[in-house]
Amino acid sequence: MERKIRVLVAKPGLDGHDRGAKVIARALRDAGMEVVYTGLRQTPEQIVAAALQEDVDVIAMSILSGAHNHLFPRVMDILRERNVQDILVIGGGVIPDDDIPALKAAGIAGVFTPGTPTSATIDFIKNNLKRSV
Amino acid sequence: MSDMDAIQKGADAYDAGVKKSLAKFAERKERFVTGSKSPVERLYTPLNNAGQDYVRDIGFPGDYPYTRGVQNTMYRGRLWTMRQYAGFSTAEESNKRYKFLLEQGTTGLSVAFDLPTQIGYDSDHALSQGEVGKVGVAIDSLADMEILFNGIPLDKVSTSMTINAPASVLLAMYIAVAEKQGVKPDQLNGTIQNDILKEYVARGTYIFPPEPSMRLITDIFAYCSKEVPNWNTISISGYHIREAGATAAQEVAFTIADGVAYVDAAIKAGLDVDDFAPRLSFFFNAHNDLFEEVAKFRAARRVWAKIMKERFGAKSPKSWMLRFHTQTGGSTLTAQQPDNNIVRVAIQTLAAVLGGTQSLHTNSKDEALALPTEDSVRIALRTQQIVAYESGAAETVDPLAGSYYVESLTDRIQKEAEAYIARIDDMGGAVKAIERGYVQQEIQDAAYAYQMDIESGERVVVGMNKFQIKEAPPSGLLKVDPKVGEDQANKLRDLKAKRDNARVASSLEAVKLAATGGDNLMPPILDAVRAYATLGEICDVLRGVFGEYQQKVIL
Amino acid sequence: MSDALSLADRARTGDVRARARLITLIERDDPERLGALSALRASARGSAHVVGITGPPGAGKSTLTDKIVSELRSRGRTVAVVAIDPSSPFTGGALLGDRIRMNRHATDEGVFIRSLATRGHLGGLSRATGETVRLLDALGYDDVIIETVGVGQSEVDIVRLADTVVLVSVPGLGDDIQAIKAGVMEIGDVFCVNKADRDGAERVVREIRSMLETAVMNGAATRFSELFAALADRKQAAREPENADARAHFSQGAAHHIAADGHGSLELPPVVATVAETGQGVRELVDHIKAHEAGLEATGLLAKQRRANLAWELGTEAAGRLVGLLEHEERREEVAALADAVLARCMDFHDAVAGVERSLAEAIRSKGS
Repeated sequence: MERKIRVLVAKPGLDGHDRGAKVIARALRDAGMEVVYTGLRQTPEQIVAAALQEDVDVIAMSILSGAHNHLFPRVMDILRERNVQDILVIGGGVIPDDDIPALKAAGIAGVFTPGTPTSATIDFIKNNLKRSV
Repeated sequence: MSDMDAIQKGADAYDAGVKKSLAKFAERKERFVTGSKSPVERLYTPLNNAGQDYVRDIGFPGDYPYTRGVQNTMYRGRLWTMRQYAGFSTAEESNKRYKFLLEQGTTGLSVAFDLPTQIGYDSDHALSQGEVGKVGVAIDSLADMEILFNGIPLDKVSTSMTINAPASVLLAMYIAVAEKQGVKPDQLNGTIQNDILKEYVARGTYIFPPEPSMRLITDIFAYCSKEVPNWNTISISGYHIREAGATAAQEVAFTIADGVAYVDAAIKAGLDVDDFAPRLSFFFNAHNDLFEEVAKFRAARRVWAKIMKERFGAKSPKSWMLRFHTQTGGSTLTAQQPDNNIVRVAIQTLAAVLGGTQSLHTNSKDEALALPTEDSVRIALRTQQIVAYESGAAETVDPLAGSYYVESLTDRIQKEAEAYIARIDDMGGAVKAIERGYVQQEIQDAAYAYQMDIESGERVVVGMNKFQIKEAPPSGLLKVDPKVGEDQANKLRDLKAKRDNARVASSLEAVKLAATGGDNLMPPILDAVRAYATLGEICDVLRGVFGEYQQKVIL
Repeated sequence: MSDALSLADRARTGDVRARARLITLIERDDPERLGALSALRASARGSAHVVGITGPPGAGKSTLTDKIVSELRSRGRTVAVVAIDPSSPFTGGALLGDRIRMNRHATDEGVFIRSLATRGHLGGLSRATGETVRLLDALGYDDVIIETVGVGQSEVDIVRLADTVVLVSVPGLGDDIQAIKAGVMEIGDVFCVNKADRDGAERVVREIRSMLETAVMNGAATRFSELFAALADRKQAAREPENADARAHFSQGAAHHIAADGHGSLELPPVVATVAETGQGVRELVDHIKAHEAGLEATGLLAKQRRANLAWELGTEAAGRLVGLLEHEERREEVAALADAVLARCMDFHDAVAGVERSLAEAIRSKGS
């Protein structure tokens, strides 16, 4: 039986800085995961729809524009509306420490700020999956 | 014995001595490389530059090929323009920040727009949610622009606007605000970024596909050459290409290849190269490797001058000159021990100045964490002032010229960049290379290699992967009021109730007509802006005619 | 209700998660899915029209698929897309990027998109593709589109799963025509020259036509020549007065398919020029895809093709399982011992193969008991 961790890497909002998203996508691939990348300018609705159709274990989002306080929790709201509890959701980008507690309370399990090595994100995913892969 | 023979003899003796030393003590590393991972030799001597011809390759400041700078007196005549990119929240808030900056001694404004503005959506658009006022100021209509420049005489300042896909609309708004101040278009000084090609590869605020985008750009060239003659109609940008992960040589190569594409497009549109080329300007990054960065700027000038003179046959020396703005490297800042960023910015400032920049934005220490506060902006500006007034770097022209190392690096970057440009030419030019994903792939590979070098520890970033400390989370970061989106939406509602909607509709119809036909789009856009048509309304008309670009992603 | 049945039930009533989960179970070859698939009657193909989109990398397959989805939606049809990307042979990971072009359809309830990694499978598809397509068919999607990896000449498996194969070419790739010549041209039912606004597009169209002509004149065994022969028979039959039902079956679409690119007396499959970025030519392409299906149906070839393909799938699946059996440790040792014997020149190669077969037969017997 072939089991792979599947991850959706998404860029919510209008931010076009995708260097980080692409680097993490590649690093996750190199760690043996299957990474679905959806490109720029995704709405929270599109992200959740893609995650469900792809049956991913993880949604990893990146925002550098400061819209994280709005867009990350919105993704969590939609997941809750659709009664999805077993997808690990993480986020990264230029995110002030002050904002992190509220994001975690909203259900973003891990928040990764600039300078985080990709290996830390990989380890976090492996150790925090919400369902067995 | 000739000079070179004597030097060779000396070098041989030196090498023999080094060999002995190495037998006792190994060097710190096996391989020494620049910030862009090019090999660095132990020692540079005249032997490294044996093929160089001073008059042909280096020459004199203000003279072809401009290796030593575009003006003959450089900073002895006038210092570079200290221009701090700023803008956030509403037009009112940003107007306050501009006045603060002018009081602190900046000599030019640089407007940052929020993402909805940059992508041509009004603040009340569904996709604008959460983004309004975040990375810059929200501008929906001329009404916002009037507030943004309230009390700032537009004939006295020069203003740079980081706007690309909807550059025509924002330029039109600027012209319209000036009209209301009684300032004529030919008195206006400034720059619009207007560089769509790098949006496709690095920055992401595109709207339309390449072909109509290039037409919007050449329409601006044509319009401004007659109506707004002192305006820099484009700022061909390597900054974001570098931020996306490119090396120094790639930054030069891809930027200049984009420049070639714009010149080609303008000539194809029937313009004379010497009519528009003098208003082309460039925008580069400054990273931490001081010598490599200085060499990069010098090489870029030489590559561009050669292309303009030899390939395009430009006659005016002003067409040959590569004038550029510099911003210090945002991706070099660390979220860890943010005070260290001040030092990084100081080195980068020195690189830009030693490289002969025409204007400079210095990043603030807290920008890896949030938008900068007034205090950190002040330090960033003071950094420029210290380099200008205390370091001595501005007292003579091109002080690093003749350094065996810097001249050798300048040659190497020129060669690498020219090789890339030749490859892009073979593909049919920058537009084709971008459509094919070639440029994106090159940048991404470099970005990934950079990240892996950091993770392996091969590349040391102080405070981040070495010399870490336990630190308390930073405090006092700038917060943008989340209510800005609502406020802007309310303003829009009021505007739409107050304005002459019939006039708006007919002016938008005129925009559509010009877009569908071939007439220059600037005049009808200016009319629409004067009628208080919103940015989103104008861009929607253009979307309807031109379609929207779909991102080409290479994974 | 058992888990499997509840999964089947949820999938049937439109629960996207259940549908997606079933595909994951197929990918894992998890026996947990078998009950659900059987409850959904997903063993054999149903009424969906399965379309394969194949062609070299850079041909714009994803953008074309995106636009085909839009066109099918505007015709009121529901669509599922299975997009396949390669797994890295070194890490087993994969970057699945086809969605970038299509994700605007993600929130449309009439569209379901799933990306699959090849996971070591060759031939341009993943091992799970066939079963996934049958599932999506059983779930009632009107059209199922398979977008292959797009690595070149080895992508012939698509003919085993798709009713209609669209072979996409593009000007400016240089040797893609050579690649087509080298052996994949036979698999196309509808030919598409995408990025037709580029220089050289007309030349590519001409070259494809001339290759098709040569193939027809040489009597090469292509899918389309079989269809044309059957359609000609049908046409003949329809002219005879007693064959009213044949006339009724001979839909306009089928006639259209033939007429589309008739060059003199030669009947050739359609070669459609498209610019997927702008949608230009996509309606015409979809017309041809649908006309092809109508032609297959009118001639009875659809059923014949599906039967042959299902037989092939059964064989392939069984062969795959046999290989799986060989990977059991006990079996591996037996085979290694046979290899030793061959190496020591104590046994002939073919006797050793017979030994492996005996070992497999034993394994199958013990599995059955």
